[in-house]
Amino acid sequence: MSAVHAPHTFSGRRVMAMVRRYWYLLRGSWPRIVELAYWPLVQMVLWGFITLHLMNNSSWVAQAAGVLLSGVLLWDVLFRGQLGYTLAFLEEMYSRNLGQLFVSPLRPGELVVAMMVTSLLRTVLGILPATLLAIPLFDWNIFSLGLPLIAFFCNLLVMGWAVGMMVTALILRVGLGGESLAWFVIFLLVPISAVYYPVDVLPAWLQGVAWAFPPVYVFEGMRAVLFDGVFRWDLLAGAMTLNIVYLGIGAALFLWSFQVARRHGLLLQTGE
Amino acid sequence: MLRVPAVKVENLTKRFGAVTAVDGVSFTIPAGACTALLGGNGAGKTTTIAMLLGLLLPSSGSIAVLGEDMLRHRYRVLPRLNFSSPYVELPHRLTVAQNLSIYADLYGVPARTERISHLAADFELGVLLDRPAGRLSAGQKTRVALAKALLNEPELLLLDEPTASLDPDSADRLRGYLETYRAASGATILLASHNMAEVERLCDDVLMMRAGQIIDHDPPAELIRRYGRKTLEEVFLDIARERNGGAGAEAAQ
Repeated sequence: MSAVHAPHTFSGRRVMAMVRRYWYLLRGSWPRIVELAYWPLVQMVLWGFITLHLMNNSSWVAQAAGVLLSGVLLWDVLFRGQLGYTLAFLEEMYSRNLGQLFVSPLRPGELVVAMMVTSLLRTVLGILPATLLAIPLFDWNIFSLGLPLIAFFCNLLVMGWAVGMMVTALILRVGLGGESLAWFVIFLLVPISAVYYPVDVLPAWLQGVAWAFPPVYVFEGMRAVLFDGVFRWDLLAGAMTLNIVYLGIGAALFLWSFQVARRHGLLLQTGE
Repeated sequence: MLRVPAVKVENLTKRFGAVTAVDGVSFTIPAGACTALLGGNGAGKTTTIAMLLGLLLPSSGSIAVLGEDMLRHRYRVLPRLNFSSPYVELPHRLTVAQNLSIYADLYGVPARTERISHLAADFELGVLLDRPAGRLSAGQKTRVALAKALLNEPELLLLDEPTASLDPDSADRLRGYLETYRAASGATILLASHNMAEVERLCDDVLMMRAGQIIDHDPPAELIRRYGRKTLEEVFLDIARERNGGAGAEAAQ
């Protein structure tokens, strides 16, 4: 008899095994760790100097010095959240490990949760150095946003996971040929997310599109805190509701794609 | 009391568009048996194994593994079986020890460290444990893959070319290990191999596949006798090249 105690339902031990797998991978490569923090730092420095310049030339920026820096750092939460999730999945494709994983008792839902935890770790490790360095360099402490920061962070991270699930569903379907989706899909949201400007800058018809995605609620909420000193619960509720919808769509797409992969034998043929 | 067959497959078919990779296959593997699944390239062996593992959904037919319907209750069975193939690799950047410890947790192996140490000793992996899996030779990778396949002491072990990259000495030791493991645990083994001497040594029964169908099956000695050959390799060639296969298959009926 097998000497194992593998539960037939959701298993935290299996989730943590997969988180360890991604942690070992990250820990074993210093260029990967440097890369995590590198782009957020570069973005923060760039937008910090732009802020310094605009402080003297724009009354809008002058009213809330951290509006651009907060925008860029929070945008990175969304981007890193999606990328961290998708890269974890791509690692399995690169190492042709999906076949081994899915003949083990690992369930797709457990892999999804493990990739979410990994994404959270990667996002925190990537953003934290930039947020801390912004304090001495530009006299901007994003933590001064207080508790709303947690709400902003969580909502952007969850949206990143939802997009990550949709992207991995596509990659599972089309193979590594779709790898580049991991890097560019999220940027479709930048213009309509109102990261660096208020949403009412957009044409009316595009504003309608923008309000269909959670990031715009977060960034409008961020500006409400910075400019008016108020936390907009209505915006939080909007972001959370939409996130639940997108997370559901992402999960459904991933599970559908997994079934299609099982029908076509794609779990054993994960190359290009 | 009758033991439940380890594997019971009925009318299993897999079509990829217009191509029928597996065509109405039925077979039973008794619990505790070692059965070989043989056939030339493209015969349908890998597709059949992938369906047994649940990696591939059949177009039609049924699969019962260890008494459970594999299509409906896959997750009840997966902790009790394992699989090794030189064509499915472990993550390259992780060390052997890291890979084994992760899979031990995925399979819910208790006393993980002890089990890994035990297998490392059995497969002479001690010096390799801290080495990245991607830096191993083909033979070393095969040994690590087999150690991974035995982590959960599986009741059903599916092995695809288990000695393909091993030198004769290592291959012989591995065959001995599998014989001992099977005798001690009562495990069932399904082996896909192109090494006919290995099949003759290890297997009680042979399923011969060609063009997605099982065209013959019997114990190795019986196949050799029926085909009037001296070795299983000669029987394999007869079947693969459709020489004398009719006579052998007719004799089987």
